[in-house]
Amino acid sequence: MYSDKVMDHFTNPRNVGEIPDADGVGEVGNARCGDIMKMWIKVENNVITDIKFKTFGCGAAIATSSMITELAIGKTVEEAEQITNQQVADALEGLPPLKMHCSNLAAEALGAAIADYRKKTATTA
Amino acid sequence: MKRIYMDHAATTPVRPEVLEAMLPYFSSEFGNPSSVYSWGRAARKALDSARDQVAALLGASAGEIIFTSGGSEGANLAIKGVAWADQNRGKHIITSAIEHHAVLDTVLWLEKQGFEVTILPVDEYGLVSPAQVEQALRPDTILVSIMHANNEVGTIQPISEIGAIVRKHGAKFHTDAVQTAGVLDLNVDALNVDLLSISAHKFYGPKGVGALYVRKGVRLNPLIHGGGQEKRRRAGTENVAGIVGLAKAFALAQSERAEENARLTKLRDRLIDGLSRIPHTRINGHLEQRLPNNVNVCFEFIEGESMLLNLDLRGIAASSGSACTSGSLDPSHVLLAMGLPHEIAHGSLRLTLGRENTEEDVDFVLQELPGIVERLRAMSPLYKG
Repeated sequence: MYSDKVMDHFTNPRNVGEIPDADGVGEVGNARCGDIMKMWIKVENNVITDIKFKTFGCGAAIATSSMITELAIGKTVEEAEQITNQQVADALEGLPPLKMHCSNLAAEALGAAIADYRKKTATTA
Repeated sequence: MKRIYMDHAATTPVRPEVLEAMLPYFSSEFGNPSSVYSWGRAARKALDSARDQVAALLGASAGEIIFTSGGSEGANLAIKGVAWADQNRGKHIITSAIEHHAVLDTVLWLEKQGFEVTILPVDEYGLVSPAQVEQALRPDTILVSIMHANNEVGTIQPISEIGAIVRKHGAKFHTDAVQTAGVLDLNVDALNVDLLSISAHKFYGPKGVGALYVRKGVRLNPLIHGGGQEKRRRAGTENVAGIVGLAKAFALAQSERAEENARLTKLRDRLIDGLSRIPHTRINGHLEQRLPNNVNVCFEFIEGESMLLNLDLRGIAASSGSACTSGSLDPSHVLLAMGLPHEIAHGSLRLTLGRENTEEDVDFVLQELPGIVERLRAMSPLYKG
């Protein structure tokens, strides 16, 4: 039911882990519905230089988390913010229809990390 | 890659002896049992003989057996059939929170049609309390439906005891015995049941065929109209090959069950013992009143589908009660009814053993699973080590 690309990212997820001195951390989802994504970003000169994730969830949740880290790295904060869940799904060569809603949260997770980064920089500036 | 099938509660392969018994009824003996000529008579003979055989295995008489398309139809026919036939006597139906959806959704559908429904809770092991059944019974209760053993956690219910209580109050009692046919004794008098449904593909018979026992004197409205088959309670040309297969598979399973249960219980306990060694793991269901082939565990901090995908990559077929695999947003209604929190219920894994599983298979699963759990936990934000 999953594409080869999804299975690739599920079996070899990119950028798993945490960034201890992250510039922004975001978490979305809840354990009740079975998907939680947490994302850490490192930002230098407005560019995302490092990104890591941890995900509790199904194959699609893990694959979308992994995929968005690849899409976001090297992008400016503004560019990364524009990434949509649909783009993540497209980059994975599609997701089963049911998964489009429940497990395709990666853009929200990245958005939450960016929001956290903005909040932190706003208070330090 | 060696493939290990450990999802026998979902379905089982047709045994070669069963397939062989069925084959003539697809080709040379293809007749319609309702026809008067020789082809029809041969099919009728096979049908009658299968009915006698199934009846004998249930301690019933042939006239009390209705062949169906499987467990879901059996449950629908039993519940709607009695509800419709007895609605002038009362409109109250009792069932439990852990029934298969074939029962639960049927009862809830009847509720929308104006029936009153009581859904009994279960304890942490998934047991229905006979005392609670007794408390729930009312003068207008017409039907109680409690499953013989649960398909997810394997808990075996005190059916005989519940049946005696229900009978005392004059209501009809159905048990969904889909998981226990070929595994436990299904003598309908010992179980105190009025209706009992089974499905062939759970005991190495073909898919698409089942049987419903209906005690003599129990009134039942049909679901399917259009012919005189099955004593006018289920119209449609009989699935002769399937019915022959059901009877053969049922007879084989019942004759071998003592030995096979002992073998499976050993394998099951080896599996439970090994999985219990993984930290933050809980065994779901009752440890003693449990089907001999059922293992159901929750690994905390991880989600079931991701576990199934990893197992599949290693050739192991299992199932989970996670939302992703239940087809809804909620995890298993059975685990939730047993009081498990959502996040833990999402991490459930069911392994159900069967005839072809060996000790080597169990050991292979025990060798592969801890690494999978560890790897998924390492990427889980809920796991703090």
